[in-house]
Amino acid sequence: MLSTGFIAGAYLVAAILFIQGLKKLQSPVTARWGNRLAAIGMLLAIVATLFSQKILTPAEMIGGLVVGGFFGAVMAKRVKMTGMPELVAAFNGFGGLASALVAGAEIARMVEQQLEFADPVNNIGAYLSILVGMVTFSGSFIAFLKLSGKMSGNPIQFTGRYIVLATCAAAIVGSIVWIVLGGDMILLITILAGLSLTLGILLVLPIGGADMPVIVAFLNAMSGLAAAATGFVLSNTVLIISGALVGASGMMLTGIMCVAMNRRLWHVLVGGFGGDSDDSSDGAKQLADGRTITSTTADDTAILLSYARKVIIVPGYGLAVAQAQHQVRELADVLQEHGVEVKYAIHPVAGRMPGHMNVLLAEANVPYDLLFEMDDINREFESTDVALVVGANDVVNPAARHDQSSPIYGMPILNVDQAKTVIFLKRSMRPGYSGVPNLLFFEPNTRMLFGDAKDSVTDLVTEVKAV
Amino acid sequence: MLPYTTFFVLSMFIGREVLSKVPQTLHTPLMSGSNAISGITIIGALVSAGMVGGVWAKWIGVIALVAATINVVGGFMVTDRMLEMFKKKSQDA
Repeated sequence: MLSTGFIAGAYLVAAILFIQGLKKLQSPVTARWGNRLAAIGMLLAIVATLFSQKILTPAEMIGGLVVGGFFGAVMAKRVKMTGMPELVAAFNGFGGLASALVAGAEIARMVEQQLEFADPVNNIGAYLSILVGMVTFSGSFIAFLKLSGKMSGNPIQFTGRYIVLATCAAAIVGSIVWIVLGGDMILLITILAGLSLTLGILLVLPIGGADMPVIVAFLNAMSGLAAAATGFVLSNTVLIISGALVGASGMMLTGIMCVAMNRRLWHVLVGGFGGDSDDSSDGAKQLADGRTITSTTADDTAILLSYARKVIIVPGYGLAVAQAQHQVRELADVLQEHGVEVKYAIHPVAGRMPGHMNVLLAEANVPYDLLFEMDDINREFESTDVALVVGANDVVNPAARHDQSSPIYGMPILNVDQAKTVIFLKRSMRPGYSGVPNLLFFEPNTRMLFGDAKDSVTDLVTEVKAV
Repeated sequence: MLPYTTFFVLSMFIGREVLSKVPQTLHTPLMSGSNAISGITIIGALVSAGMVGGVWAKWIGVIALVAATINVVGGFMVTDRMLEMFKKKSQDA
């Protein structure tokens, strides 16, 4: 049995390790150690807690750790890098659920031991923890289903949604007020948990595929805030500090994603923007009236690329769907052997979660120092011979710059249209996630190379080798 | 209440200061790693699961413990797996 002072010291060290660990994420060189430092901090906090408790029932504690650890490890080992957004959504959900349940257990303990609910702070913390944790859990679950394709990525709207949403929110406030006024604790807490689960589902169901990166980041923030609220319940500072750190991280990423898409968080939560893109959209056909596109072939493109001085590759999510990362890296390697300068331009929303595309390219052994953020590379397009757009669309659509009527107007884009030649590798003329057609396809300096991204890039590699 | 709120607010500021310098390249590992840190709620779950006296409190605690452990173990492991892949240009340097 350790003294409380010692335990508090261990928690303080854990909190310092978390902050140091996160700080090391500022560079890819130190990031791996940063993550390990944070993991060591967590281990320390767990061990200190185990020693501080009267371990009268070790079976449940160890059993819980073993079962949870096993499932967590299997999920972490098995996931494909393309599946990272749904895995993070799932982990967010478990975190939120755990925080809510800890608050619930604390209330159950007080009821069972017939303690007075004297401290209003603890209680408010508990209701908030259950509310935020349960919303995170059910919201993350729906996000998981949508991201993994087990449920349609299209926004699911129904009439009267706002009324249902408002009723649900009002009922939540009502149940909390009723508890404070002295209603039946167990019954009302159960109702609160149920309503919170419903609210999470109602919030995420109508959110379209295009907004998913925002919502995953938002749920990340929520899982942190739920942990912080649980810290208030348990009067535990390490929970409050860690939860606040994660909350800050999630809010920052949510903000970055919103700016990158020129969306406000409120509008995202209201929902309904973009779905799974499908060929039935007639946007491209309307646009095609009186305009012509120039399609090209792999060998023409190969010649263009081989004799270029500078090529910028713009990967989009289509590249990941086609699993063409490895072929793209091979193409870049071959071009570099030809003396061509190759860089990658990564739009913040290129993947399905913040930084997703960078992970997908890292998996294909693309060195991270060739990956450039939008603001760093945008002025380089003017001096670029070929911009090779693989599976991206909305993030290079100039309509975002000048067409005020376009739904993506104001979204920051990669200025590929300033390159001497733009080559689109696309399967068809269909518009991107946002459903907005792209006029860049019809520009005179644009070439379309139709086909599956993986096949097209493989052909390009062969042709460039033959040049 | 006030000291805890102070901890909370100051930690938010530290978080913002430290994390705003994380490059876009590492945003996914940042999310999964910070997500694992939010599993700190595991220490609350351990306390509940190890509790004697309350049957309900204990079993709710055990479920919380399983969920939190999935979050912690899975989160740190998958982050490590991702960060292992990030390499600098070496062979053709």
